[in-house]
Amino acid sequence: MKFGVVLFPESNCGRDVLHVLRTVMKQEVVELWHKDTALPDFSVGDCLVLSDGFASRDNIGSEENTPFSPIINAVIDFANNGGYVLGICNGFQLLCEAGLLPGKLLKNESQKFICKNVHLKTMTNHTAITSQIDPDLVLKIPIAHEQGRYHAEETVVNEMDTNEQILFKYCDEHGVINTAANPNGTLANIAGICNKNRNVFGLMPKPERASEAILGNTDGRLLFDSLLTTAKVEMAAG
Amino acid sequence: MQQSESPITVETAKKLGLSSDEFERICEMLGRIPNNTELSIFSVMWSEECSFKNSIFWLKTLPREGKSILKRAGKEYPNLIDIGDGLACTFLMESQNYPSSIEPDQETGTRVSGIHRNIFAMGARPIASMNSLRFGNIESNHTKDIVKTVVKGIGDYGNGIGVPTVGGEAYFNNSYNQNILVNAMSVGIVNAGDLDSNIVEGSENPVFIVSARTGEEASCSYPFQEKTLLEATLEIIKTGSVIGMQKIGKAGITESMCQIISKNAMGMRIDLDKIPAIEVSRMLVVAKKGEEQAILDTYAEWDLSCEQIGEVTDTGQCEFWSNDEKIAELPVEMLVKGGGAPVYERAFKKPRYTKNISKFNIRQISTPKDIIKVAKKVFSSPNIVSRRWIYEQYDSMVGTNSMGSVEPSDAALVRIKGTNKALAITTDCNSAYVYADPYVGTMIAVAEASRNIICSGGIPVAITNCLNFGDPNDPEVYWQFVHAIKGMGDACRKFRTPVLEGDVSFYNQSIFEDKTESIYPTPVIGMVGILEDVDLKTTLNFKSEGDLIYMLGNSYNDVGSSEYLRTWHGIQYSPVPHFDMHEEYEIQSRIKELINQGLLESAHDVSEGGLFVNLMESAIVGGFGFQVETVETFKKDAFLFGESQSRIVVSIQPNREDDLQNFLISNNVSFTKLGEVFGNEAIIDEINFGSIEEWKRVYENTLSEKIEGK
Repeated sequence: MKFGVVLFPESNCGRDVLHVLRTVMKQEVVELWHKDTALPDFSVGDCLVLSDGFASRDNIGSEENTPFSPIINAVIDFANNGGYVLGICNGFQLLCEAGLLPGKLLKNESQKFICKNVHLKTMTNHTAITSQIDPDLVLKIPIAHEQGRYHAEETVVNEMDTNEQILFKYCDEHGVINTAANPNGTLANIAGICNKNRNVFGLMPKPERASEAILGNTDGRLLFDSLLTTAKVEMAAG
Repeated sequence: MQQSESPITVETAKKLGLSSDEFERICEMLGRIPNNTELSIFSVMWSEECSFKNSIFWLKTLPREGKSILKRAGKEYPNLIDIGDGLACTFLMESQNYPSSIEPDQETGTRVSGIHRNIFAMGARPIASMNSLRFGNIESNHTKDIVKTVVKGIGDYGNGIGVPTVGGEAYFNNSYNQNILVNAMSVGIVNAGDLDSNIVEGSENPVFIVSARTGEEASCSYPFQEKTLLEATLEIIKTGSVIGMQKIGKAGITESMCQIISKNAMGMRIDLDKIPAIEVSRMLVVAKKGEEQAILDTYAEWDLSCEQIGEVTDTGQCEFWSNDEKIAELPVEMLVKGGGAPVYERAFKKPRYTKNISKFNIRQISTPKDIIKVAKKVFSSPNIVSRRWIYEQYDSMVGTNSMGSVEPSDAALVRIKGTNKALAITTDCNSAYVYADPYVGTMIAVAEASRNIICSGGIPVAITNCLNFGDPNDPEVYWQFVHAIKGMGDACRKFRTPVLEGDVSFYNQSIFEDKTESIYPTPVIGMVGILEDVDLKTTLNFKSEGDLIYMLGNSYNDVGSSEYLRTWHGIQYSPVPHFDMHEEYEIQSRIKELINQGLLESAHDVSEGGLFVNLMESAIVGGFGFQVETVETFKKDAFLFGESQSRIVVSIQPNREDDLQNFLISNNVSFTKLGEVFGNEAIIDEINFGSIEEWKRVYENTLSEKIEGK
């Protein structure tokens, strides 16, 4: 499995993902520039990561018909062919706007930016990115966003529920999913989802910030470990 | 030379904020009357902000040298700290008090971002920032509104740039009701080999102004511009074609020119017609003649505009041209601080209010019967409870270097990628202490900063500062200023922490119909330390049930200037808490040794709110209760809530008790065994103060309830 991390001029979080995948996880990572229009070196089984890009999106044009950086069309094609795509935070927002994930992310209920560690419950391990996570384990991973309140039509959410597309929900430190543990007013405490084909993932929490013992925060690594383990199994299965 | 239409007189100078003496001085030094443009340049360059004319005499007494200052090839770099591994660290604090008081949000953000530009103009990558904030009474609606807008302003801009806000301070006090303080600090890292030393040798080198493009992209956000300017600037430094670089700050282009050229007695010619009309995110860059293209190409790639506006000369003059006509020509030397700019040594006298302080006698303070009630009152002060309502609006973890998001330390720890080291960063100033005694209060600010770094596992290396005071022409205010500087100098000499560039902000005051009231003198200290090995990281939270709790350092019957005295007894005038520099230095050295020996499970210094608050913080973060005994020979209120300095609470595993005691006894360290980490309640002298869970709710929610009413 090879990773491609999409970078924008303002990329901060993208560089954090790059650091974790390359230096901590020791993976092969290709830096992709948002102005790239094709992804010739990537094939199914590889994984693209989008972790920021909102400022560029705003910057490239406010016209309805050009909301995205050029690379987004290539990302859409890649996802439709079955390649893994992971959107974190701003990247999750972009994947929703690009139609790769259902629903959208609204401004936090408090109308404020929120950065803190939150607790998460894994709702399914039938996906590549959660396959190695014990569902009873309460994860501690930070969020940092002003626009992370997930919203979708009721029918969409019901369908996602049935299909086990909801990956993570915010919970308290004991694993109880309740209103008090909902940091931003998100629908049904939803923190992360995947698409019906289970190859496109969107997360508001930032696992790259919780992947090193030196930071005292390592639960995020379980997501990357899951992804790599699944990829190995798939490779072996041919 | 172009002459202005109306004659230049002392009245013109006064309108520009220059005094008649200063106007005379200008005419005398120039040997002629300046024209209007030239006079305007003087008014900027001789302003308080640029010339430090009311402070520089005393600032020069501060220690600037130390073994931590970077030296390369026989040259000293006064604002860079050698941190080994071929790396240097630079940091700076700056005031943005006035725009924040008048119109927060937009302005605050602009200036907070500006602080990072100081850092990357030196070729360093900003890796952390802090804010030191002072607001008025939290019960007032005005304060609540201003807190919301200032915090949002800092967040909106800071969060986009990708530099984490890793800590800071926020205090509330009536003295800031009309004049809040917003001080920002940025810390950066640079490869010592890449240093842009701002040596502008060789005339005819071209001068560029770099800025975000206007036009179709003008709508792009400010932090986005600042971020691209940062990345592009760090990239052009690698080309080797840059020989000088300076942020264009609040005083505009002249100040930046002078800063670049004054060090080398060069001159500069600027064509005013070529300067683009943009207000923010600007840099002045001097390139090597003939190697401009690499710089132009890089900025173009980042969609930034880079225009040549002039060139370096060997005349020692600042020249401004417009329409092929020289409209101003002034010797650089005359404009700059330490050169022609005036230096005032103001008169000072001991303020009258200090008499009220001397009258205080602790024997008049009766120990309250219901100590639990006192604890609740002190603990719920906005100056004690968690400031998470503020800091959760800042991105504190971007960059994946923040080491304290789960288990915090007294200072913020920031890992340095590619090394086994970390920086320890803190800002400190209890202005009530400084008000009570500027000399000792400022020594305490330095000492506490150092203590925070030591308790986190680091060694202090240097400080920066932001000195916030009232009107320097008021002798009572100047007395505070002079004594604060003396205290800072003495403390920095003791801790061997040289003073890097900082900032001074005067005229912070509230004006009423019949009087003017200055803010509490607030010399904020920003200190950086280094952890030679990240494994030395020491955190403040209790770790396991059964661990023993010791307090190291002397106890005193002292409640001076404590939060307890203000909140419970309503006493405004009392002496600064007990402080002895020798005692302080000794206790810090011993803590350092204990950390090196790996004996401590936690370390946390006793500060605002006293021992009670100290224990409660370690308990809340750790998720454990405690069972402790006070010492009968001290007044219980002083023992629990007094703020006498140089005390550090540590916890150890029970099987290390002999090791700890042997160490303390053989090193003559005073200590008190307080008790142990136990259960999930706070028990003091067998009285149950209630569950830690309940205290945690108060700790975490009080500030948001006060500010937002929920």
